[in-house]
Amino acid sequence: MTGLLAMFRRLEGPQTAGRGPAFWGLFALVLAVALAYPLFSDGYTVGNTVYFFVWVFIALSLCLIWGYGGSLSFGQTAFFGIAGYGYGILTINFGSAYGFTLVALVAAVAIAALFAVLLGYFMFFGRIAGVFLGIVTLAVTLMLERFMAQTAGPEWHIGTARLNGFNGMSAMPPLTIPWPGEPIVLFADVGLYYLVLGLLVFVYLALRILMNSSFGNVIVAIRENPERAEMLGYDIRKYQLITFVIGAALAGLSGVLYTVWGQYITPSSMGMTAAALPLIWVAVGGRSDLTSTVIGTLVVLAAFQALTIYGSQYALVFMGVLLVLTVLIAPNGLVLGVMNWLGRIATRLTQRAG
Amino acid sequence: MDIATHVFSALYQFGDAFAFLVLSACGLAVIFGMMGVINLAHGEFIMCGAYVTAATVHAGLPLPLGILAGTLVSALVGVVVELAVIRHLYDRPLDTIVATWGLSLIATQGTLIMVGSTMAGVGTPFGSFQVGDYSYSIYRIVLFCAALGVLAALYALFNWTRFGVLARATIQVPHMAAALGVDTRLIYSLTFACGAGLAGLAGGLYAPTMTLVPTMGATFIMEAFVTVVIGGADVFLGTAPAGTVLAVVKSAMTSWQGQLFGQIGLLVAVIIVVRVLPKGISGFVLRERT
Repeated sequence: MTGLLAMFRRLEGPQTAGRGPAFWGLFALVLAVALAYPLFSDGYTVGNTVYFFVWVFIALSLCLIWGYGGSLSFGQTAFFGIAGYGYGILTINFGSAYGFTLVALVAAVAIAALFAVLLGYFMFFGRIAGVFLGIVTLAVTLMLERFMAQTAGPEWHIGTARLNGFNGMSAMPPLTIPWPGEPIVLFADVGLYYLVLGLLVFVYLALRILMNSSFGNVIVAIRENPERAEMLGYDIRKYQLITFVIGAALAGLSGVLYTVWGQYITPSSMGMTAAALPLIWVAVGGRSDLTSTVIGTLVVLAAFQALTIYGSQYALVFMGVLLVLTVLIAPNGLVLGVMNWLGRIATRLTQRAG
Repeated sequence: MDIATHVFSALYQFGDAFAFLVLSACGLAVIFGMMGVINLAHGEFIMCGAYVTAATVHAGLPLPLGILAGTLVSALVGVVVELAVIRHLYDRPLDTIVATWGLSLIATQGTLIMVGSTMAGVGTPFGSFQVGDYSYSIYRIVLFCAALGVLAALYALFNWTRFGVLARATIQVPHMAAALGVDTRLIYSLTFACGAGLAGLAGGLYAPTMTLVPTMGATFIMEAFVTVVIGGADVFLGTAPAGTVLAVVKSAMTSWQGQLFGQIGLLVAVIIVVRVLPKGISGFVLRERT
């Protein structure tokens, strides 16, 4: 019981912004609005919101690896794609009876994590750091895209699942929860919305606890100064590898949910552009904090979609400009800057009152 | 089919792979080796060179002059990019990656909007010749010679000219060079322009052999990055030997299983090499020497 309490105390701490009743009150309010939201909206808009939420997981994974861990990875989209394809292959082969889709979800995430263990071993135990890590992960991502893009022929199949090359896989069953009487099928509207929202809140809170625990503090210590962390007796390679694998699993979760949401997955979801977008959300949001990453991702995604309606070609140029300007002018991220500013105002107000 | 034709065919494929790796990597290697900056917009500089070359050839210029124009325009764009973006990020290497990626996104999509989804190509010059049962393109031999020429020219530039000496001094101890009166900012600008120009040259040289699309840079960058990662920070001790080793791997895998497996071979090679030699071939050689 005390252990559980200690765990909840880790919800706030030095590694995450936002503390005290004001922050958690706001959190509860946002959560209540999010829970009530489908009651006042139509299925299409709710489905679209699910699409936004799906991307938050990959953004959080990048926030963990890049923002907290300090190693820039372009490989998140690779894990995204591996898990997405994994879910497709498993469910097309074994169907959706007996809750198998949920097993497939877990298995697909595990496959992505295993791949990350393999890749991460070579990278971190080879002590690749900094820019090289980015290049190697990028090369892996591009390679996977090219590989999947050329699997058009009928000889490329796993079981009964055709890989279909550039067109990608489609028509995999949606998530199905076994239920006495009739199984609940989660199509991309209200049902899936509550599942994804629940997962999102769980992952967000769990990451807060993780980052404020001693593990999180070591990760941040490695980001600040790897040699110092090593001199203090931590095997930084293990910590980096574990962070990388957790990040890969989150990116994989994003990939599975994306596949479930649209019931398709294509190689271009692992391409250059796809790999750039999470980077933009996280950089613009503020990579070194979980809350700002979530807010930044949702805001930039909404802006991107709004822009796409007026001219999809220009939306990508705008995103590129946004990224370059953020790096030049507000390297810590726009949302995080605003959050810190609000925090300072709040402290000043409470001081004046007291 | 006798042994000689087989040997020639293998040599030809090796030369082709070597030229592609070295030409696409040397611009990146100069910028990384001299400045520690990874230029993710490298592929877009190559694309810029190829587009300018094609445009000038369509306008009536002979191909060599077109390639020269492509090189110069890329170098000029490089100067602008260095002044506007890269200059402010020298102490933040990870941010230069992110920023240059933003630039690459802008360049690819901007070209798509302005020029369209494809551009009329340039015919491959020189025709072909016959050895045994197969015919070979003469232009590929020209490309191989160009790769050797670029390596030789870079060697000469960095060892025998005043700019080369100043550049190497700036790279070794920047503030010492600055104290001795070297304008280090100018040197960085020129080095970046040099790297961008080399990318443009690669684009110009390969413009006659490929379809010109805004995303053509992506075909080059994987090979370029792999070569630079394996080679390490030194252009001569790194890029050239890495190009040789990787060309053997790539041409062998390609002739065994096809284009894709050539690239997979490259990727496996890079992952193994970084595990064994984290600082690349040049890091290994330099450590042995001291």
